[in-house]
Amino acid sequence: MRFVDEFRDADKAHALAAKIAELCEPGRQYKLMEVCGGHTHTIYKHGLEDYLPESITLVHGPGCPVCVIPMGRVDDAISLASEPGTIMTSFGDMMRVPGSKGSFFDAKAAGTDIRMVYSPLDSLKIARQNPDQRVVFMAIGFETTTPSTAMTVLRAAAEGLQNFSVFCNHVTIIPAIKAILDSPDLRLDGFIGPGHVSTVIGCRPYEFIARDYGKPVVVAGFEPLDILQSIYMLMVQLSEGRSEVENQYTRVVPWDGNLAALRAINQVMELRPYFEWRGLGFISHSAMRMRAEYAAFDAELLFEVPGVRVADPKACQCGEVLKGVLKPWECKVFGTACTPETPIGTCMVSPEGACAAYYNFGRLHRRRVVEVSIQ
Amino acid sequence: MTDGATWVDEALREHEQRERQERQAGPAASRQAATGPEREQQVLDRIDRARRRRPKIREERITMSHGSGGKATRTLVEAVFVDAFSNVLLEPLEDAAQLHLNGSRVALTTDSYVVSPLFFPGGDIGDLAVNGTVNDLAVSGATPLYLSAGFILEEGFAVADLTRIVASMKTAAETAGVQVVTGDTKVVQRGKADGCYINTAGIGVVEHDVSLGVANAQPGDAIIVSGPIGEHGVTIMLARGELDIEADIASDTAPLNGLIADLLSATTGVRALRDATRGGVATILNEVASSAGVGVQVNEDAIPVSAVVRGASELLGIDPMYVACEGRLVAVVAPEEASRALAAMRAHPLGTAAAVIGEVTAEPPGIVLLKTAFGGTRIVDLLVGDPLPRIC
Repeated sequence: MRFVDEFRDADKAHALAAKIAELCEPGRQYKLMEVCGGHTHTIYKHGLEDYLPESITLVHGPGCPVCVIPMGRVDDAISLASEPGTIMTSFGDMMRVPGSKGSFFDAKAAGTDIRMVYSPLDSLKIARQNPDQRVVFMAIGFETTTPSTAMTVLRAAAEGLQNFSVFCNHVTIIPAIKAILDSPDLRLDGFIGPGHVSTVIGCRPYEFIARDYGKPVVVAGFEPLDILQSIYMLMVQLSEGRSEVENQYTRVVPWDGNLAALRAINQVMELRPYFEWRGLGFISHSAMRMRAEYAAFDAELLFEVPGVRVADPKACQCGEVLKGVLKPWECKVFGTACTPETPIGTCMVSPEGACAAYYNFGRLHRRRVVEVSIQ
Repeated sequence: MTDGATWVDEALREHEQRERQERQAGPAASRQAATGPEREQQVLDRIDRARRRRPKIREERITMSHGSGGKATRTLVEAVFVDAFSNVLLEPLEDAAQLHLNGSRVALTTDSYVVSPLFFPGGDIGDLAVNGTVNDLAVSGATPLYLSAGFILEEGFAVADLTRIVASMKTAAETAGVQVVTGDTKVVQRGKADGCYINTAGIGVVEHDVSLGVANAQPGDAIIVSGPIGEHGVTIMLARGELDIEADIASDTAPLNGLIADLLSATTGVRALRDATRGGVATILNEVASSAGVGVQVNEDAIPVSAVVRGASELLGIDPMYVACEGRLVAVVAPEEASRALAAMRAHPLGTAAAVIGEVTAEPPGIVLLKTAFGGTRIVDLLVGDPLPRIC
């Protein structure tokens, strides 16, 4: 199939893997973080680690949109949705994320009207079809999905829709990367930069990583060869002692990002002073809220939101997993108390979450895979 | 409101208890004792033990996941139904029960149909209601003979639609060579059902001297699928109209009894047959691995998937291996008979694209491994619920 198979070519992968292996200095260990959960998913889904030498470890980063939503915000959303006359809409990924009193699926089973949408614009369709009900879109995601929420609000404003609002939980990736770089627990050698976020923000925002922290960054696409090539590009930089921002995903990511999308975000939203990230705690200027001009579409202003902060269960180590300090299987409750059926932490929920990816796709020791595989 | 916190507390309490027990059992079993790969292996072993424990329903209410055919469904079936009805005929959890009545072997099965939309490219709920039950009988090695049909209709449902559905059932029954010989009709108030639900039950006679079951799979056996996978599921997703994707695709709904009769006449090497409905081919492979205590290894390159299904799955971020079919089967066949079985399937119009997709292995027991087209290896697990589209 065009646009897919050429990015999954096993022969090209073998050739790249050989070049990567050549670049490894004997005795040196490399830790590369893929920031984006989409990359984590690709790595596990295609078994990409089979191509890497043991000296290269991929560390899974915080860029999984549903993984970073704190329990309190899920509770707030369910509380909003439980008000009579409300239809809540959200992305499919959000449906199983646990709050302190269960997930959207549980709330739905208890009678709340929560619907899965593929685009925020679908919420407007629902709002038009149900003029007597209020439709609240539970907006989540990094800069990848923020423009579509902004465009939806602009469309609603233009139409004069009265019964649509947004419960805004959009977050920004740069403060999270900075928090990881400043964390003393982790020594990383380089970053595989988030591809789809970069289609919006471009590559310039990562320059501080190369300049101030001396770590190379390669913005990468989401097919397995994209990621393997990005690893190769990082290894070339490391072997030459360079730390620069490079763009592997040139077919989609413009260096300066998408100005129209940035303008739409800026028109509708502004940075919050601070926002709580699941596992990472409060990070300043790390999330978006609606501007005062669009208060008529801000569910947090229009309706009562409990806003109670809920601590994660003590045994849950999602924070350490999101920062890349722990591998999924190193979490105390991984796979025993916390499973995809009964996730305690968010990382076990989304297919982009490191724990879910490892549990569903990688739950077999790599050496054992080699032993048992039929050739 | 469901009190989600209760089960979390309970799960953590159980976890701590087990950890204490393991510590008492000796330092070797403790998580902290080893480092690196050994420790990872210990964690994986512990997960393996956790997965073997008796399933328990933690939710207080039924959620949509319980109907998806994945892990949540299995947990519900094992923890509620098998537990209550426990008997040797039920426990194999095959598609049909095998009964011995006055010296004849009879297969009995039932299935309910709640598809939305009721009409879709390639068929409607009526076709499904006949073909689904015919196929559940056929994969157990039986010749399907008689069906029952129960209708639950919603007040206000168009009689013209009902007539159309029943006409489809008539045609499907004629094609499959079965008769609908008993039935039931109920009407519920508007809003209490989604137009029309159908339940069918079926019986058939097992004439071939075969005993089919996924527990029979042995290392070396070939895994064969009868054609391109996922076409019914993708058709339904697109027919719901929520995705704004238009594609030239139709449901694969079809009666498989003809194909299976040809297959069983051609070879005695067939050990198990399953029709790949809810949960798709991936779920069946997992049933083979866990019931027979064997490994299953499949090649992504060998799995027949049409370009439309692949394209739609890529767009939506779902895996065709989990998407439902309504006229495809998975066969586990002894290695020496594999080519004969494949030839018999390919000779039938519903099996022209049949393909060997992998084999049964001794190791690792209970696990399905996929050799990806990219050249890596990964696990194919059961899904918890329906595949959910990813955000970005």
